[in-house]
Amino acid sequence: MKERLVAIYHGFGLPRLIIAGFLLLLLIIAAGTELSVPGLLSDALVRIGQNGIYVLAMVPSIQAGVGLNFGLPVGVICGIVGVLVAMEFTLLGFKGFLVAILLAVPLAIGAGYLYSLLINRVAGQEMMVGTYVGFSVVAGMCIFWLMAPFKNPALIWPVGGQGLRVTLTLADTFAGVLNNFLAFEIFGLKVPTGLLLFYGLIAFIVWLFFRTKAGVAMEVVGRNPRFAAASGLSLNKYRTLGIIMSTVLAAIGYTVYAQSFGFVQLYNGPLMTAFPAVAGVLIGGASTREAKVRHAILGVVLFQTLLTVAMPVTNQLIEGNISEIARVVVSNGMILYALTRATGGEQA
Amino acid sequence: MSVPVLEMKQISKSFYGTQVLKNVSLTLGRGEIHCLVGENGAGKSTLMNILFGMPVITNTGGYEGTVLINGESVAFDSPRAAIEAGIGMVHQEFMLLPGFSVTENVKLNRELTRPNPFSMIFGKKLETLNRRQMAKDTRSALDRLGMTIDEWVPVAGLPVGYLQFVEIAREIDKENLQLLVLDEPTAVLTESEAEQFLGVIQRLAQSGISILFITHRLDEVMAVADRITILKDGELVSSGPKEDFTITQIAELMVGRRIDTEARKKRTTRPKDEEVVLEVRDLRVNMPGEALRGIDLDVFRGEILGIGGLAGHGKVGLANGIMGLYPSQGKVLYEGQEVPLNDTQAVLKLGLAFVSEDRRGVGLVLEDTIANNIVLTSMQSQDKFLKPGLLKLKDEKRIINHALESIDKFDIRCTGPEQIVRRLSGGNQQKVCLARAFTQEPKLLFVSEPTRGIDVGAKSRVLELIVELNEMGVTVVFTSSELAELRSIADRIAIIYEGRLAGILPPDAPDVQYGLLMAGKSLEEVGSR
Repeated sequence: MKERLVAIYHGFGLPRLIIAGFLLLLLIIAAGTELSVPGLLSDALVRIGQNGIYVLAMVPSIQAGVGLNFGLPVGVICGIVGVLVAMEFTLLGFKGFLVAILLAVPLAIGAGYLYSLLINRVAGQEMMVGTYVGFSVVAGMCIFWLMAPFKNPALIWPVGGQGLRVTLTLADTFAGVLNNFLAFEIFGLKVPTGLLLFYGLIAFIVWLFFRTKAGVAMEVVGRNPRFAAASGLSLNKYRTLGIIMSTVLAAIGYTVYAQSFGFVQLYNGPLMTAFPAVAGVLIGGASTREAKVRHAILGVVLFQTLLTVAMPVTNQLIEGNISEIARVVVSNGMILYALTRATGGEQA
Repeated sequence: MSVPVLEMKQISKSFYGTQVLKNVSLTLGRGEIHCLVGENGAGKSTLMNILFGMPVITNTGGYEGTVLINGESVAFDSPRAAIEAGIGMVHQEFMLLPGFSVTENVKLNRELTRPNPFSMIFGKKLETLNRRQMAKDTRSALDRLGMTIDEWVPVAGLPVGYLQFVEIAREIDKENLQLLVLDEPTAVLTESEAEQFLGVIQRLAQSGISILFITHRLDEVMAVADRITILKDGELVSSGPKEDFTITQIAELMVGRRIDTEARKKRTTRPKDEEVVLEVRDLRVNMPGEALRGIDLDVFRGEILGIGGLAGHGKVGLANGIMGLYPSQGKVLYEGQEVPLNDTQAVLKLGLAFVSEDRRGVGLVLEDTIANNIVLTSMQSQDKFLKPGLLKLKDEKRIINHALESIDKFDIRCTGPEQIVRRLSGGNQQKVCLARAFTQEPKLLFVSEPTRGIDVGAKSRVLELIVELNEMGVTVVFTSSELAELRSIADRIAIIYEGRLAGILPPDAPDVQYGLLMAGKSLEEVGSR
C-alpha cells in the first residue's frame, strides 16, 4: 500500500501536489466568503474546455523535438480566418462552427508547413524563433484585418466600409454551440458537456496518434535524432509533421475557444495565446523534451482552475485588483521554472 | 653524464580501479629525441597528462611515482605550473585562434607590452602592445623552424601543415623551454610536410631542447629517435637506444601476444563456401576523424570479418558509410544488388543491420524503455510489431513478449522490459543494442566497438553473442580497436590505415605482421620480412 502511494506520488510530482493543495486551500477560503464555490467550479470547467486544445497543441511539437510551440498564434490566426468566414456568411449554430473548422484546418496545414520550413532551418533555437514568428504573424495580420475583403456589416467598421472591427461578437451566429450541447446543472455546478466531450475527443485522437507507427517515429526523432537517423527515419519529415499537427490543433483550439468565449478579438488579440498554453503543459509535468497527453490534461485542469479560483478569492481577501498580477506571475514563473530544467519529465 | 632533463620513475596510475599505468619509468637527456610508441590505450596520453599536471589526473586521485625535472622532484598541479617549469606541448588538435595572425597566436597571453597613461592609472591590463617586438620574436622563432611565412598572416587560411609549425613556434618562443612534447604531430601532415617537420625537430634537438615524440609511424621513429620506449597495456615493454631495435621488433613489441583462444574454441561451424555477399568498391566516407579514402573489400557469406586499425584511420567509417549515417560515395553491392548509399531506410530494408560504436549517442534512445529500444528499428523499417489495420497502432503485447524473450536470450540484467535504458550498465546496454539488431533478423550485421567501455565479464558474453548470431547464419562485419578481440572471433581481419585497406590477415598471423600493417606498411613488405 505504502509503495503504491509512493509510486503515485512520484507519478504526480511535487509541484503538482503543491498546486493541487493550494487550490484546495483557495476553495476552502472561498467557501468562507460570499463567493459561490459551484459557480467558481463551473467557470473553471468552461475555461478548461476552452483552453484545453491549445495545451494539447504543445504535445506534438515537444514530442517531435521542436520544443514548446511558441508560434501557436500561427495556428490561431488560421482559426480566426475560419471563424470570420463562417460569420461573413452568417452561418448559424453547428453549421457555422463546423464550417469554421473545415476552413481553418487546411489553412493551418499550409501555414504549419511554411512555419516548419523555417523551424527546420534553425534547429536548436526553435523556441526563440517560434516566439518571434508568433509575434510577427500577429503584427502582419493586423494589416490583413484592415484590408480583408469582408462585406458583412456586422464585421466591418460602420464608417468607411472596409476593415474588420477589433472585437466581434459571436452571439448571433454560433456562440456556445458546444458549451450548451447536452449541458446540465447539478448542485449549482453547470457542466458544459459538449465542450468537454469535444475536448476529450481531440485529446483521444492525439493520444491514439502517439500509439501509431508515425507517432512512435515522431517520439524517437524527438528523443534521439541520431538514433532515428540510424533507424532510417527522416528527421525533417517528422519535425514538419509535429509542427503541422501543433498548428492544426491551435486552429481547432481557436474555434472552440471562440464559440465558448463568445467573441473574436482581432489585431493584437492572439498575441499572447502561446503563453498560457505553454504554462499549462509545463505545470502538467511536461518538459521541453517530453510531453504526454496526460500532462496536457492535468496541466490545463490545474492551471485554469487555479486562475479562475485564485482571482476572485484574492480579490475578496486583498484590497485592489491583484489577481491579474498573480496570474502573470504564476504563468510566466512556471514557464521560467520549466525552461531551466530541460530534462524534467516525471521528476519536474 | 649530466643530469637528465626529465626523469619519470615508477609511475603508476589507475582510474576508478582500472590500472592504466604500471611502474613506468622514462629518462630523457638534454637535446635528446625520445620516441614513445604504443597502441591506442597503451597509456601514452595518461603518462603525458601526468607530466603536465592535467586536471583529469588530479581529479581522479593523482598518481604514484616521482617526476624529476633537472634532478629536482616536482609535482605539477596544473598545466600552467608545467609550462613555467619549461615544458611545452603540441597537441594533436590545433590550439590556435583562426582569426588571429601568426604573431598574435604565438604570443597569445604572453604579449609584450609598454606602459601608457591609461595603464598607469588602471593597471597593467591596459598597457599598449609592443607589436614590433612581438613580430620580431615571432620572426626569429619561425626562422629557427625554417618557415618563410609572413608573421602577420592570419592563421585561418594557412594549410594544415603550417599550423603545426605555428604551434611549435609558439612553444620555442618561450625562453625557458627545455622539453617539448609532441603528441602525434605528423598524423595530419603530408609526406613532404612530415619530412620537413622531422628535420625541424632534429634541428631543435641540436639546439639543446629535449623532445618527447609520440607517433604511430615507425619509419619516423627510426629516422629521428635517439631512444625508444614502447608501452603496452600500461606497462613498459622495452626501452633503449634506437640501435637496439628494428622496425619489425618494435611492431611486434607494440602488438604483443595476447590472443584469447577461449572464444575461438566455441565456434563450431566455419563458413563453407566462398560466396561474396558484400562487395565494396572505392568507397569513400566523409566521417570526421574517421574518413575512408577509397576502399575495396569483399565480405564472404557466413564469415566474421574483423576490421582493425588504429583510431582515426577510418575503420569505423566503413559501417557508418554503408549504413548511410555519413555522406559516402563509391559502389557497394549486396548479393549482386547495388546498395543505395546515403539512404539508411533503403539499406535497412535490404536486410543489413548496424550496432553503432557510439552506443549512447546513436545506438540507444536512453530515455526510452528496454522494450521500445529493442523493437523501434524493426517497427519503423519493417512494419513489425504493429496491429493490423490502417492506423498502424503499435502492438504493446507483442512488444513486451518479444522484449522478455530477448532479455532472456541476451541475458540482459534488468528489472524488466519497462526499465529505462539509461539506468542499465554499459554491458547490458550493449546487449540491448545487439537485441535490437537481432530483432531486425539481418542477413548481414555490422558491429562496431561492441566491447568499448564495458566490464570484462560482459565483454566475453558480448563476443559470445556475436559468434552465436554468426552461427545462426548472419554474416558479421566486426570492427574493433582491440586486436586481441578481433583475433579471437574473426575469420579474416582487414586492417585499415589512413582511410585505405592496408591488408587482410588471418587471425593467426604473427603479431609483427599486424604491427606493420597498422604502421602503414603494405602486405608485400610485411610478407617479405
